[in-house]
Amino acid sequence: MGRKLLLEKAHVENIRLYDVYRQQGGYRSVEKALKSMSPDQVTEEVKKSGLRGRGGAGFPTGMKWSFLAKPEGVPRYLVVNADESEPGTFKDRYLMEFIPHLLIEGMITASFALGSNTSFIYIRGEYAWIVDILEQAIAEAKHNGWLGKNILGSGFDCEIYVQRGAGAYICGEETALIESLEGKRGNPRIKPPFPAVKGLWDCPTVVNNVETIAAVVPIINEGGEEYAKIGVGKSTGTKLISACGNLNKPGVYEIDMTISVEEFIYSDEYCGGIPNGKKLKACIPGGSSVPILPANLLLKTAKGETRYMNYESLADGGFATGSMMGSGGFIVMDDTQCVVKHTYTLARFYRHESCGQCSPCREGTGWMEKILLNLENGKGKMSDIDLLWDIQRKIEGNTICPLGDAAAWPVAAAIRHFRDEFEWHVTNPEDALRRNYGIGHYADPIHVPVG
Amino acid sequence: MSDEKKLFKVTIDNITIDVEPGTTILHAARQIGGDVTPPAMCYYSKLKGSGGKCRTCLVEVAAGSTADPRPMPKLVASCRTNVMDGMIVKNITSERVQDARAGVVEFLLLNHPLDCPICDQAGECHLQDLGYEHGKEGTRYEFKRRTFEKEDIGPYIQLHMTRCILCYRCTYVADQLTENRVHGVLDRGDHAEISTYISKAIDNEFSGNMIDVCPVGALTDKTFRFKNRVWFTKPVEAHRDCDKCCGKVTLWQRGDEVLRVTARKDQWGEVESYEGKTGWICNTCRFDKKSVKDWVIEGPSKVNRHSVISQGHYVGVSQPKETMPEVMGGRAPKLLMDIHDVSGVNTVNISALPGPATSKNYTKNEQ
Repeated sequence: MGRKLLLEKAHVENIRLYDVYRQQGGYRSVEKALKSMSPDQVTEEVKKSGLRGRGGAGFPTGMKWSFLAKPEGVPRYLVVNADESEPGTFKDRYLMEFIPHLLIEGMITASFALGSNTSFIYIRGEYAWIVDILEQAIAEAKHNGWLGKNILGSGFDCEIYVQRGAGAYICGEETALIESLEGKRGNPRIKPPFPAVKGLWDCPTVVNNVETIAAVVPIINEGGEEYAKIGVGKSTGTKLISACGNLNKPGVYEIDMTISVEEFIYSDEYCGGIPNGKKLKACIPGGSSVPILPANLLLKTAKGETRYMNYESLADGGFATGSMMGSGGFIVMDDTQCVVKHTYTLARFYRHESCGQCSPCREGTGWMEKILLNLENGKGKMSDIDLLWDIQRKIEGNTICPLGDAAAWPVAAAIRHFRDEFEWHVTNPEDALRRNYGIGHYADPIHVPVG
Repeated sequence: MSDEKKLFKVTIDNITIDVEPGTTILHAARQIGGDVTPPAMCYYSKLKGSGGKCRTCLVEVAAGSTADPRPMPKLVASCRTNVMDGMIVKNITSERVQDARAGVVEFLLLNHPLDCPICDQAGECHLQDLGYEHGKEGTRYEFKRRTFEKEDIGPYIQLHMTRCILCYRCTYVADQLTENRVHGVLDRGDHAEISTYISKAIDNEFSGNMIDVCPVGALTDKTFRFKNRVWFTKPVEAHRDCDKCCGKVTLWQRGDEVLRVTARKDQWGEVESYEGKTGWICNTCRFDKKSVKDWVIEGPSKVNRHSVISQGHYVGVSQPKETMPEVMGGRAPKLLMDIHDVSGVNTVNISALPGPATSKNYTKNEQ
């Protein structure tokens, strides 16, 4: 049984309320940080922990914090990115809904480390009820002296505000989030300057994911070195995985990044296997933007080693035979799923969510969607597959923000690994409307464990 | 000598130039000029914050600087990337750039209507130039192009949203020239559109400049609409005393009739600057002063001879006189037959003839 740090107390009754949370040892990290540590020591502790950003890119958090410019007389801001809109990712929602005080506690400690007197939670508009939960948690924390002026007599002031987005995926990109928070149209900014130098209202800003900030709590409580002992290599600590798709037990799981993908899917402790005795066809291991993997490459790397649920192992083989940890949205597809239809669904999502600022993404995403719809409906041509490949190649890397890449990668990976399914849609247009391609010859040659 | 500014050495397509720190790659390339300059559809040097959106100016940075000679992994937008000392940039010498640029041109033209024959911008359209210089001959797009509902934004400016390439220049004009902007980009993605939201019409003294900055025919002059093709009109520089603007304009005439008034443009298609100030013109000068009497004429505008507007006006064209011996491997060029030796055409002095020349005059025997 893996170790749990974030969701350890999630099932305690009424943990959402301050009194219960405090009884269970909540806000210890704030006490520890504000009474016995300096801001730099907190940052140092986070650096030692090896914590990597949980939003998708996996950039070391301690490093990000130390890049923050600290000019005199200019306020600094901490912004928590709760605009969790990636299809397949719902870990932050679980965290904020059930233990909101963990996020507030982490934010106070992080704000102290960064010197941010005003911190923001930018939450996606669709999480309307969570805003109320967070507001209540903030009010409770404030009432009990954890927020406001001169917290615990340390001379540190901090306020936390919750800002609701208006339902745009692009506002999860940090500079678009900042623009939106400033009250403007959520268009990503052109970098440089980076937010660490010029962010919110041109002040140095750190934007962190909800889970990253929540992970600061156990790091301070237990010490960075202790935290770094969990996990393997550069994938330290625990990670929340939101598993969904064709699974017996979909849901949010906290893993310590030492388990294999096979164990995660098939063991009863986690997802409990695939229902109705179906076979595993493909999986997107880190949220919709990361490359899809067929079963054989998912469970074992190209070199034949077992693939583990951590940053390095999932990325092993690069984009040719690997994928990414991403934001931890684990989407599993069984042999009744159609990869072409699935790719079309994602392309439709990215077309709808493109901000329309730069031309490759604005025009390219719509084009890909239309071609994929034709292919799915059996109206495609063989040349369309190569055309799709060429379009995604011209979008990837040529856009302002990573949304272009995020739209291109799923299409690229689907063609790379499932080309015969695309071709089958072209050569058997009538069949393609009636039934699915099934598992094909690329599906797992590996034995399917029982239970 | 410590006051002297240190200049940055930057190499673009194997041409090295010294530029001041803080110059963008695009501006450094413009200082070199010629084919080395990347095209720019959304960047406008006179508008703060513009650029970075259209991605036509992407270049490859082969070496970041002398201090850190690593190449940049992605292509960068040259309009928003500052040069570093010792930077090596590849534009037309990079296949990656050419490939990406052809892709961007294709993307820009995907939903752009091919209504150039009825578009007032034709002849001075940046997208036409871009497509001509960097595009492919055909499109691979087989779907219906995106269209928008027609929208009326007032008596002076015609908005054709279907032609828009979302460069955002007109929103910057409204932001930076006027006190309140009443139009902007609504919606997102490929259904994003330029539109007014609360006010129905764009009504302010400098709104006409939106027409000048628009790279395509999305914003055109209603007072010039369907009046003429730009290449049939003659551009003339003129000025008048105006209390609102600089009053320096280009009149587009046909005969004595002034069909259109615009601000003066430089070689990059941007409004010219005078004494550090951009020469934006007010709506009175642009839309109301349509008579030669209102203006002091300075003379004909210089038009780049590659432009379609200069067709028929062979100004500044010089015949090459000297041959380059190195091209011929040291030999002097020699014609196989000089046509003038055998034809009688050039031997006849037409003005000396009493009447119109006939074939008889060219027959040597009868002269």
